[in-house]
Amino acid sequence: MHDYLPWFILLMPLCAAVLITLFGQKRAADSATLSVGAVLAAFIGAVILWADGMRNPGSPAQQFITSQSNFIWLSVDKLYVEFGVVVDPLSTLMLLVVTGVGGLIHVYSIGYMKGDRGFARFFALLSLFTFSMVGLVLSNNFLQMFIFWELVGVCSYLLIGFWYERPAAADAAKKAFLTNRVGDFGFLTGIIMIWAAAGSLSFSALETRFFVNPAMLGPLTTMGGLLIFCGAAGKSAQFPLHVWLPDAMEGPTPVSALIHAATMVAAGVYMLCRVFFVFNLPAQTVIMWIGGLTALLAALIAVQQNDIKRILAYSTVSQLGYMVMAAGLSTPAKDMFSNAIHHQPAAMYHLATHACFKALLFLGAGSAIHALSGEQDIWKMGRLKEKMPVTAFTFLIGTLALCGVPPLSGFYSKDAILAAAYERSPALFGVGVVVAFLTTFYMFRLVIVAFWGKAKSDLPDHAHESPKVMTTPLWVLAFACLVGGGLGIYQYVSRQYFIPEENLSVWALLAQPFHDAPKTVLCGLVAVFFGFVAAWGLYAEAASDPLAAKLPGLCRVLRRKFYFDELYAWIIAVTQDAMARLADRFDRKIIAGCVRLVHGGTELFGRELRLAQTGNLQTSALLFAAGAAAALYFMFRH
Amino acid sequence: MSAIGLPQYLIVSALLFCIGLLGVIVRRNVLVIYMSLELMLNAGNLALVAASRFNNNVNGQIMVFFIITVAAAEVAVGLALIVAMYRRRQTTHVEDLTTLKL
Repeated sequence: MHDYLPWFILLMPLCAAVLITLFGQKRAADSATLSVGAVLAAFIGAVILWADGMRNPGSPAQQFITSQSNFIWLSVDKLYVEFGVVVDPLSTLMLLVVTGVGGLIHVYSIGYMKGDRGFARFFALLSLFTFSMVGLVLSNNFLQMFIFWELVGVCSYLLIGFWYERPAAADAAKKAFLTNRVGDFGFLTGIIMIWAAAGSLSFSALETRFFVNPAMLGPLTTMGGLLIFCGAAGKSAQFPLHVWLPDAMEGPTPVSALIHAATMVAAGVYMLCRVFFVFNLPAQTVIMWIGGLTALLAALIAVQQNDIKRILAYSTVSQLGYMVMAAGLSTPAKDMFSNAIHHQPAAMYHLATHACFKALLFLGAGSAIHALSGEQDIWKMGRLKEKMPVTAFTFLIGTLALCGVPPLSGFYSKDAILAAAYERSPALFGVGVVVAFLTTFYMFRLVIVAFWGKAKSDLPDHAHESPKVMTTPLWVLAFACLVGGGLGIYQYVSRQYFIPEENLSVWALLAQPFHDAPKTVLCGLVAVFFGFVAAWGLYAEAASDPLAAKLPGLCRVLRRKFYFDELYAWIIAVTQDAMARLADRFDRKIIAGCVRLVHGGTELFGRELRLAQTGNLQTSALLFAAGAAAALYFMFRH
Repeated sequence: MSAIGLPQYLIVSALLFCIGLLGVIVRRNVLVIYMSLELMLNAGNLALVAASRFNNNVNGQIMVFFIITVAAAEVAVGLALIVAMYRRRQTTHVEDLTTLKL
């Protein structure tokens, strides 16, 4: 019934971006109003779509799914690409996250970016990003998704480098863009391979073909699936392409919250959930292990970071690792209609809750940084809970949600992932529990050192609570973290995967994990408890990091992020040098050789021809006659 | 001995043309080269007249009249040029006339 609503949601932010760019450069207040208005209008549209889908909770999933192919966009021989939108549980949930969390971050940005020279530019870019992200979410085929995929990449690049006059920001933007290029190259190649294997790019057509004919899930599809995952690894900062995300923190904090925590980096996970049917068992195994490895690596690195935003960035990488692991742990497409317990929605569930609490944490960190006039080192903070009670309190809620303390949202989504791991791969379950421990440890290290512990410099004395326009989004997000577990997001996403739905009350939803999988709940909570105890014991009174003194070698490795940057720099330097040398040799020997041959030949020929030019009349006459005779001969020889 | 036909005339014409060409190529004196050129021209005339006669078509003969007329004018101009050149360079030998060479 709402045929045009998705298009409305898609185009509102684009209109705002265009209008701000054309007319808003000198009118800061108007540009903010326009941008916030557009995203709020999109949010209302998303709520209508969602309510529309919720109206008949008992109805089969298929009735809800509408894939509109509104026009043919490209038709070359067998390649047939439509441009359309898909409205189903997956995309409406993601739309709610993008426009809802995004809208709050827009509001917050009004306060955070106040007085910046590029205020209007900032909001134009935010709107452009919202448009691209909504387009990515609504895409109904691979190629369209790839286009918006690249568009969010460009927005990310522009916003990381928002303060482009700072070399660090410009470098970080370039690093993010180039790392994503590596992943996107794989993504595009993977799309082509999937097209070669299945003959279509449309998600719904692919889904039907793979379900009808599981034999298509052969080696070609494995390869294609892994290459597509390569794209997701780039966008969602998975090992080995995770290096760009922490550097992306050079952008303004609202950007870190919106793009590099809540929405864009989750696009990879969203894509994995959207096309789960192309991943067969080997591909899924690779995906879950990459996810688990990333979660572990990033959590370890986060333990020894001192920059508040970098801790959160590594935490994001780690949580994205969780989600990717969950996507890999989901039931393989071939067992989709069997009676096995399905774990498909876990990844999307964690994505949605993570978007709320990580946005909350970033906005809280931004509020603290704002109050401390730009200081990001947690060892120069402390005692912030007295000066900034709202920020500290909401930050604590976000932390508890991230660690997975019931009854906050993070507990339920993390538990869903751990339950999936418990069933399909005990080793990964172990990794998940260790990561849960590490998460609690580094988050409480951050909270204790920055907000609760004693002041470590005189900066916190001058701190003050942020204005209402910044604290209101914090309250709303904190509320979302508190109630997120009882909203039935898991059940909502379940429809996407044809899983029979259960109608549960809020209390039943909140109690569900405890009697469905008590062992995983117990393991998770024990990990959280020990993480908290360890953090409290080490950091409650600390003025500098005691861990660095106790385990100097390990800490140095962690602080240098396992030397990934150095390793990549070395690899790039070596390969680049080798390739440059090769190119140089090619240029000198082969290209220059060809040039010399052409030039020498021409000169030699000219020298020889010059001998005929005697200036003698009779020589010319002879040549002329010979030429005429030759011409006549060739004309009449038949 | 068969009657003299078109081929014989054309052979004579071709021979005259070749003799003229040879003269143009090998003789040194510009005046003689000029005469050889005229010989080539008239070889062409001969071929035209013969073809006209044997094909019962007067077009060729009319054309020859025009050629003779134009050739007369051309000879006047050509000889005048040769005289002017001789006055300037005191020679009529082609070996001395190589100013076309750079």
